[in-house]
Amino acid sequence: MSTPQPSAPQPPAPQHAPQPPAPQHAPQQPAPHWQPAPGPSSYTSPIPVVRTHLGHAIASEWTKIRSVRSTMWTLGVFLLLVVGIGFLVALQTTDLDYRDTPYTIPALFGLILGQICLITLGVLVVSSEYGTGMIRTTFTASPQRHRVLAAKLIIFFAVAFVVSALAIGVVGLFSAGLHSGAGGAPWGGTVVIGALYVSLLGVLALAVGSMLRHSAGAITTMLGVVLVPAILPAFLLISESLRPVAEKVLEYNAINSLAAVFDVGGDGGGRQLAVLAVITAAAIAGAFALLDRRDV
Amino acid sequence: MIEAVGLTKRYGAKTAVHNLSFQVRPGTVTGFLGPNGSGKSTTMRMILGLDNPTSGHVTIGGHPYRKLPNAPRQVGALLDAKAVHGGRSARSHLLCLAQLSGIPERRVDEVLGVVGLQDVARKRSKGFSLGMGQRLGIAAALLGDPQVLLFDEPVNGLDPEGILWVRNLMKSLAAEGRTVFVSSHLMSEMALTAEHLIVIGRGQLLADMSVRDFIAANSADFARARTPDAEQREKLTAALTEAGGQVLPEPDGALRVTGLPLPRISDLAHEADVRLWELSPHQASLEEAYMRMTQAAVDYRSTTDQREGLMQPLPPGVQPPMPVPGQGQPGWYAPPPPQQGGQPFAMPQPMPQATGPYGAPAAPSPGNPYAAPAPAEPATPAPAPAPAPADLTKPEDAR
Repeated sequence: MSTPQPSAPQPPAPQHAPQPPAPQHAPQQPAPHWQPAPGPSSYTSPIPVVRTHLGHAIASEWTKIRSVRSTMWTLGVFLLLVVGIGFLVALQTTDLDYRDTPYTIPALFGLILGQICLITLGVLVVSSEYGTGMIRTTFTASPQRHRVLAAKLIIFFAVAFVVSALAIGVVGLFSAGLHSGAGGAPWGGTVVIGALYVSLLGVLALAVGSMLRHSAGAITTMLGVVLVPAILPAFLLISESLRPVAEKVLEYNAINSLAAVFDVGGDGGGRQLAVLAVITAAAIAGAFALLDRRDV
Repeated sequence: MIEAVGLTKRYGAKTAVHNLSFQVRPGTVTGFLGPNGSGKSTTMRMILGLDNPTSGHVTIGGHPYRKLPNAPRQVGALLDAKAVHGGRSARSHLLCLAQLSGIPERRVDEVLGVVGLQDVARKRSKGFSLGMGQRLGIAAALLGDPQVLLFDEPVNGLDPEGILWVRNLMKSLAAEGRTVFVSSHLMSEMALTAEHLIVIGRGQLLADMSVRDFIAANSADFARARTPDAEQREKLTAALTEAGGQVLPEPDGALRVTGLPLPRISDLAHEADVRLWELSPHQASLEEAYMRMTQAAVDYRSTTDQREGLMQPLPPGVQPPMPVPGQGQPGWYAPPPPQQGGQPFAMPQPMPQATGPYGAPAAPSPGNPYAAPAPAEPATPAPAPAPAPADLTKPEDAR
């Protein structure tokens, strides 16, 4: 019996203001005359029971990500870095600089710093639940844990992609307006691929956060993932035998990958994006595999 | 209906729950008792599918929790009032939980009203007091209007009004035919709320019976008898002991008699030509029964703070402060072992003269057999019958 019977006592407070009376008011919302039907051995709620699906989890995660300040802070700082630094760089450049580079290039410098904000947000989306104990409430409300993680990945990716595309796009429009004389390379693709790259980095952070369940640990790990490959080649290049490894690391580290996306001597960053996508997919697979087995 | 079968949980070498089997039936409030670290919360987490049992299984309405299609609509739980993201407002917290199981948004405002948090609904829960957090947790449990409800320590931090409210809430939920499973350390609260008890200790089932049976099985009821003077008391003691009763002196000069029914005591007193000033039945409280049962299973026991070598030498002529009864004395509650207690608690002055023949019985008033003596006991100096009779008779002789 999943739907209320037509004769059911009035579903609690249908029209009038959603301010129920005093707390002393007992919690059972159906009036006592609901009782006789199910008898003393069971209780049936008058609220219709729906079959839950991923859409419910996505709505829930959207509420969650909107209702905490860390989202506003990390995304705010991200926008400030990308747009602010982007505008400053755009002002310092001349029309000549854009002859064969896209107008979005000033966003690169902000993104190199700003990606850390997205990493932080990605980690926090999941690890803050472990840190506060909220995860137990969440997994009690949805024992289908994979659904919660999937919704988190989708919502975070969408938010990160929209915000970073917006930031890169604004910088691109600004410098295109400022240096319209150059003609320049097409830059629509760089907005999409650049936003995709930093968003995927954030998704990787989310998956790492889900596996490590600890904010500081996961953020540190992700900083290592971004920074160590940028520093390491300098040491690897000392040894002749490690030279090929060093060159690969140099080519695919997060900072150089971003540079490749914005056409600084590369092919548009397609290969770098593919490498990140593979790593992220592996991390997501690991996160899902661990999710169901562990106690929370 | 919650059903656990052979539930076992090990964390490395430590077994938190061992081979636990029980059923929680709908229509009554079932209390879940056990000392700290006895595995109550672990059991609750396993019921909710948060922890996987090492062996055994637990089902709700015949299904494992994680197989329930829309779990919050069938099971509501308050595990830990602090299991919320402190940066989120109370309303957003409940809203995200409601959305997760397709509960209409209207219901969120409804439960906020039920728990009395509507005025702080948009405040971040970080600033909530323990009691407010507890109310928020209860709101989350009620959100899905479920058939089965689990509450872990629901009255922690609540004010008296809130405690009364939770008590009535539990009862009304059960009266609607729901299954209500509540853990608590407040025995007086449990005695008033629960009808059935599941008691565990060191992860194993100690008892699964009604509150009434539990008290009857785990505590000896006793009778208090008071005589006008010491001479008659000794006479009565002898007569009762001869008839097979156990007689212990109470600190206020009365006698605690077990093993004999009241009429028989009266008859024996009459035969021995002893006048009785008091003969009253005393039923042990749930707390006493609980203490008696779990004594062997207590993991974390407090001891007296010795402060060895840290004490200032007392100035001459100053008495050391009287220890608070009950502190650091294992087993001061239920079964008063004769060697316990010690002199400090012996009341030097007998009551009768000051307060009349019926003055100040040490035991709780017999009006409500379940009324726990918890708040009263520390005030009256511990039912410690230890002091040698001589010690007690002295002041009376002086009289």
